[in-house]
Amino acid sequence: MDALNAIVALANFVLVPAIAYGSQLALGALGVTLIYGILRFSNFAHGDTMAFGTMVTVLATWGLQAMGVSLGPLPTALLALPVGILGCMALVLVTDRAVYRFYRAQKAKPVILVIVSIGVMFIMNGLVRFIIGPGDQRFADGERFIVSARTFKDMTGLEEGLAIKTTQGITVITAVIVVALLFWFLNRTRSGKSMRAYSDNEDLALLSGINPDRVVMITWLIVAALATVAGVLYGLDKSFKPFTYFQLLLPIFASAIVGGLGNPIGAIAGGFVIAFSEVTITYAWKKVLGYALPESLEPEGLVQLLSTDYKFAVSFVILLIVLLFRPTGLFRGKAV
Amino acid sequence: MSETMKKTALFALVAGLIVFTGLFQSWNTALLILNMGLISAIMSLGVNLQWGFAGLFNVGVMGFVALGGLATVLVAMPPVGEAWAAGGARVLAGLATGAALLVAVVLLRRAMRPGRARALVTLVVLVGGFFVYRAVFDPGVEAVEAVNPAGTGYLGGLGLPVLLAWPVGGLLAAGAAWIIGKAALGLRSDYLAIATLGIAEIILAVLKNEDWLSRGVKNVNGLPRPLPYEIDLQNDPGFVETVQGFGLDPVTSSSLAVKLGYAGLFSVVLLVILLAAQLALNSPWGRMMRAIRDNETAAEAMGKDVTRRHLQVFILGSAVCGIAGAMMTTLDGQLVPTSYQPLRFTFLIWVMVIVGGSGNNFGAVLGGFLIWFLWVQVEPMGYWLMQMITAPLAEDSALKAHLLGSAAHMRLFTMGLLLLLVLRFSPRGLIPER
Repeated sequence: MDALNAIVALANFVLVPAIAYGSQLALGALGVTLIYGILRFSNFAHGDTMAFGTMVTVLATWGLQAMGVSLGPLPTALLALPVGILGCMALVLVTDRAVYRFYRAQKAKPVILVIVSIGVMFIMNGLVRFIIGPGDQRFADGERFIVSARTFKDMTGLEEGLAIKTTQGITVITAVIVVALLFWFLNRTRSGKSMRAYSDNEDLALLSGINPDRVVMITWLIVAALATVAGVLYGLDKSFKPFTYFQLLLPIFASAIVGGLGNPIGAIAGGFVIAFSEVTITYAWKKVLGYALPESLEPEGLVQLLSTDYKFAVSFVILLIVLLFRPTGLFRGKAV
Repeated sequence: MSETMKKTALFALVAGLIVFTGLFQSWNTALLILNMGLISAIMSLGVNLQWGFAGLFNVGVMGFVALGGLATVLVAMPPVGEAWAAGGARVLAGLATGAALLVAVVLLRRAMRPGRARALVTLVVLVGGFFVYRAVFDPGVEAVEAVNPAGTGYLGGLGLPVLLAWPVGGLLAAGAAWIIGKAALGLRSDYLAIATLGIAEIILAVLKNEDWLSRGVKNVNGLPRPLPYEIDLQNDPGFVETVQGFGLDPVTSSSLAVKLGYAGLFSVVLLVILLAAQLALNSPWGRMMRAIRDNETAAEAMGKDVTRRHLQVFILGSAVCGIAGAMMTTLDGQLVPTSYQPLRFTFLIWVMVIVGGSGNNFGAVLGGFLIWFLWVQVEPMGYWLMQMITAPLAEDSALKAHLLGSAAHMRLFTMGLLLLLVLRFSPRGLIPER
């Protein structure tokens, strides 16, 4: 019984949250990695792109809610998601046309593009705060839990409950669908193949008649969709606050780099590596160990390796270790 | 127009803007802008050392600035005797254990041959050592934080004159930069950027959570000042007599006098650092740095130790940021860890350097003043603009209220726009590198 309780407690406090957070990070990191692979710079504005897409979705959700539209047990935000994606696509295409294209034509150094993306970050950040304000916005509605801790306890008769929030379930399912679509697109369609070719060897791709403008445009469209989905899922799961999205930049970059920049599979793996380490290292293990160990060994303290406020430190240390010992990431990324 | 003419004109323009503020808003605001402008100029000189001289992309400025702020507390606040008695020794022992652990790991790794066994031993020593460290450290922290948590709850500082904190802030930042540089400087430019971004967040997390060190989010208030308090000036008959002789109000003029005093102190520091940076730029060392920046391979072929030089300039630049951070906390009179935001303390400094002109010290200084002025003044300007735009709307319209309420966020937008415009149309900045 104790062993079962330990497993349930572990699932409830570590596995489920980490899987949901990992999916969100993976989607974010995919966006960063695609931009790195095709446009060849680290996009510092990615967190704020996510925030913008989410903001449009939040506004659309409020509109739908005001009209009385709902999805029943599912959050209304899912209906508003396409609007958010379209809004985000419009924004990144305008940004690319107005800002990035000039530097691409100049063949500017990657670090110049990074500085340019900092400027874009300021603008997007200001825009989001201007429109929706810097405060916390909740926009999740519908059923809160797929399985609540109480029902689980009643069902199984265990002491520990297992709660799975609707948003966590949606996060994982959506992430799986999005990733499957993305890989199908990259591996099976003509446009996807030309994207991969362009990422692998730009000169050779140009020589074989691939239109670079088209590749870049498709990349931005995909990135906008990924960023919006990632942002909305994160916002549903926690809450939407522009500054938090800016801070997500660090774990997202860590995921992309740990997996290997420019490598989509790496980005997914990296997202889960970072999420699981953040959650396991900042979780207080007292409860789980209390069940798992014999009574005499039961720990007195919280057995928390680091306080939750240090979660950035965790992603950072992993990032540094990977960079020092395997600079191209777990899955071989590219080095420009 | 000659180079010097342009330079003078631009600086005159910024001076004019500040005087204009003084005439039309208040001299108090003008002096506030001047003081923070001086500090911003020093920070952007530090970033310019790293980016303009050596091409190092450091986006962890906020961390070094915050370390400077910590130095002010550690140097100037009086020590809390009770807390030291309760757990000071234990905290120090804990820190020593942690340091010894890291040294042990490094020595072990040197002694053993690379392979699976070494990785395993490293891991075991690190994880086991971590628990030992926490066992020594945690009770000490708890004891210290239990001492009058509402008033102190930390170890306090050394009770030394606050001006001493400025060089100490530089040293603290330099020490942190040395550790970071050792680990991260071999990396590619954008990896270095992410690494420094992360370090800054970690330094801030430490400031926010290690209450025994910095009181965390409870803030440290009432830092000693290098200058007299306004109230003392107002009670000083000599001062009152002098200002009344000029026909001034003693209350206003005492506040102005203190701010002018800070401006004087900061100007001295700025001039010293600017002079040093100018001498460095024109010395053989400066030429070598630029040679490394422009072509690392060629510089290496000429026998220059690129990694060492990078480490050197990274430490110097960070130290300058640390000094500026200590000055800023001294000016504020309090350490508020939650007030450190990357947009304000890292990326805004970058806007200053890029807009002013990277690689040119005068450009960095100009950028510091100009961008700080805009950062402060865009807010009222944005509000005014919004009032003009929303004037036709009804008085109770929700849109009007929202637009007016959001006007403050225009400043981020403006800074981004400015950065992009300069990068596009004048990529070398207002005062380009010669």
